[in-house]
Amino acid sequence: MYRYDSYDQKIVDERVAQFRDQTRRYLAGELTDDEFRPLRLQNGLYIQRHAPMLRVAVPYGLLASRQIRTLANIARTHDKGYAHVTTRQNFQFNWPELKVVPEILAELAQVEMHAIQTSGACIRNITSDPFAGVAGDEYIDPRPWCEVLRQWSTFHPEFAFLPRKFKIAVNGAHQDRAVIQCHDIGLELKRDAAGEIGFRVLVGGGLGRTPIIGEEISDFVPWQHIITYCEAILRVYNRYGRRDNLYKARIKILVKALGIAEFKRQVEEEWTFGKNGPNTLTEAEVARVAAHFTTPAYTQLPGDDAGYAAQRAANPAFAAWAKRNVLAHKVPGYAVVVLSLKDPKRAPGDITDAQLDLVADLADAYSFGEIRATHEQNLVLADVQQSDLFAVWEKARAAGLATPTFGLLNDMICCPGGDFCALANAKSIPIANAIQERFDDLDYLYDIGDLELNISGCMNSCGHHHVGHIGILGVDKNGSEWYQVSLGGSQGNSTSIGKVIGRSFAAAEMPDVISKVIDVYRAQRQEGERFIETVRRIGLDPFKIGVYGDAAIIERKQNA
Amino acid sequence: MPKLIRNGRVVDDNAEILVLDETQAPEALNLPEGPVFVPLAVWQAHKGVLSGRPSLGVWLDSHEGVEDLAGDLDSLQAIALNFPKFTDGRAYSGAALLRSRYGFKGEIRAIGDVLRDQFFFMQRCGFDAIQPKAGKYSDAQLEEALASLQDFSTPYQAAIDQPEPLFRRAARAA
Ligand code: HEM
Ligand code: SF4
Repeated sequence: MYRYDSYDQKIVDERVAQFRDQTRRYLAGELTDDEFRPLRLQNGLYIQRHAPMLRVAVPYGLLASRQIRTLANIARTHDKGYAHVTTRQNFQFNWPELKVVPEILAELAQVEMHAIQTSGACIRNITSDPFAGVAGDEYIDPRPWCEVLRQWSTFHPEFAFLPRKFKIAVNGAHQDRAVIQCHDIGLELKRDAAGEIGFRVLVGGGLGRTPIIGEEISDFVPWQHIITYCEAILRVYNRYGRRDNLYKARIKILVKALGIAEFKRQVEEEWTFGKNGPNTLTEAEVARVAAHFTTPAYTQLPGDDAGYAAQRAANPAFAAWAKRNVLAHKVPGYAVVVLSLKDPKRAPGDITDAQLDLVADLADAYSFGEIRATHEQNLVLADVQQSDLFAVWEKARAAGLATPTFGLLNDMICCPGGDFCALANAKSIPIANAIQERFDDLDYLYDIGDLELNISGCMNSCGHHHVGHIGILGVDKNGSEWYQVSLGGSQGNSTSIGKVIGRSFAAAEMPDVISKVIDVYRAQRQEGERFIETVRRIGLDPFKIGVYGDAAIIERKQNA
Repeated sequence: MPKLIRNGRVVDDNAEILVLDETQAPEALNLPEGPVFVPLAVWQAHKGVLSGRPSLGVWLDSHEGVEDLAGDLDSLQAIALNFPKFTDGRAYSGAALLRSRYGFKGEIRAIGDVLRDQFFFMQRCGFDAIQPKAGKYSDAQLEEALASLQDFSTPYQAAIDQPEPLFRRAARAA
């Protein structure tokens, strides 16, 4: 993975000094709340219900074991013994004290980490495929490109005060695992007919209050020009994006207002000035960065491990975990392991200091010391020998990291919601846990199969409910907490926005509602059909009838 | 005398920034003596008269595009770009455009809600004069604030102050 040179280290060290001084001036009353807010946000610091929340950047989700140990130590000494993995592959602490944040940043800097631009109206942490480099369907490794873009976007002086936050994601495989269609800029690596690398560029995707799927602005930008092309997009946005209304300030609103054709015209006109300028990438720079993402020293193995097959045959619990949480690796004899953070006893995405230390140990012992954080709020050991899987499983299971539900209903994405977040309409964690408890029968879960359930505590959509096969949104009705259910959303190659099925529900009703939705699916599905496919084929009405009864539908039809 | 930062040093400056209130039409010209920045509308209404005047600048608000001055740059010694709020970042693009696309060599001054924690970005985008609001900083605080111009010693990306990105400036080890 990428290692800092003296330049990278200096920038991060100087950031620590800068933020230390800003915090000092704030605490001394020299900076007002309004003046300090954007500064702390650009350093990942929200002020929340209980304390500031610190979001630590994990560029494209990649972590080294020593970094995980540092996060463990921070959780232990400055927080309440746990951290949270976010949907944008970052780490979040819920309880640090403002005055110790500079210390935390200094500790992070020692392991080449920071909280730069993890929040605020600037270019945020760049996200990518958690299986980069090991997935069989990958055609170009996105990580070097993410790193090149990370450096370009870090403290970009022109784009530090955009109308609103700006998120970029990069994918380089047949399956989109980086949610590129829901980003302000989504980049898909590809090759042209001559075999040259470039990017298909999507723009204007985003969730929030007004969910919009990104549109293609260019079907091929050659790699040399990707920075200047992004700069042209950002410049048009910075100049013309709305600043009068927070809810209309994302680039998606500008793109919709102008239309993609006119937006593209403006960007490409702007680009004529920057194209071929100094920010044009060089082969030498790409090669320098790419050299950090070398293939690990894999052992030459003949193929699938016989012992692994035997262990699965002998141990059904291990087999269940292997079936869901172990994925194919492009190298014979290796596997990708998903360490689940969806233990029903914990908030989705939460991980304790002791678990973090264990993950670091597992990575060192079995996976070249590397860990990835995923958009679905799990961790990944990407390079495990099949013959080690049983040992990994036993240790992970003892630590509560082997819930065998990857990609299933219980592997939900869930925002912190009303337990932590000051913006929430409703709690989301207890809903997640109640659903997990309802669907605690593994055979039943496996029978339901692949299903994405996403929960947000309010319209800001941090839990990506719009693109969940089942989406749950916390809404406020006269000061009490209610939940709206949508169906048919999807992320990845065929991204779609889910549709609300009807009136919202009280918290206590939610497990029943989800059960009813699942019952309709099981009754209606055709052979081999996944949940989302059934929803797409039969539409929402059967689900509405299943949830609300016939009466609701008949009444609606009569009123229509 | 009011102070500002010019080319990295605190200096005296007595230029007036002329702001019209709603009752004043740009056509009714009543300019103060001495150095002055006039609003775009005043400049556009009186270009002919104003062009020769020494120490004349134009100031643009954040929604006004630098394109509107593109043909006039030879007659202007200074352009000020207003930050109505420090979180309104349009002037960063404006300054960068004036320097790069239009080759403006005169002073580009940041005015309005100008705070030390943004000095570094301003300087990188081509502002050579930085003028916090009167009374925002004491003279001593302004001297102290010069440190913010040096927040980062070696930025990654190309910008006006450093037209080459780090990957072209330095031989970085793999
Ligand atoms: C607890 C403090 C948090 C606050 C105050 C907060 C606030 C917000 C707000 C206001 C938005 C909407 C922005 C917009 O539409 O322009 C947003 C979006 C988002 N948040 Fe959070 N958030 C918090 C925590 C989280 C966490 C823990 C995660 C990950 C699990 C997360 C992931 C996201 C994502 C992915 C979006 C983007 C959705 C989009 O594309 O519009 N947030 N957040
Ligand atoms: S979706 Fe709403 S409740 Fe959930 S974290 Fe985001 S802002 Fe808070």
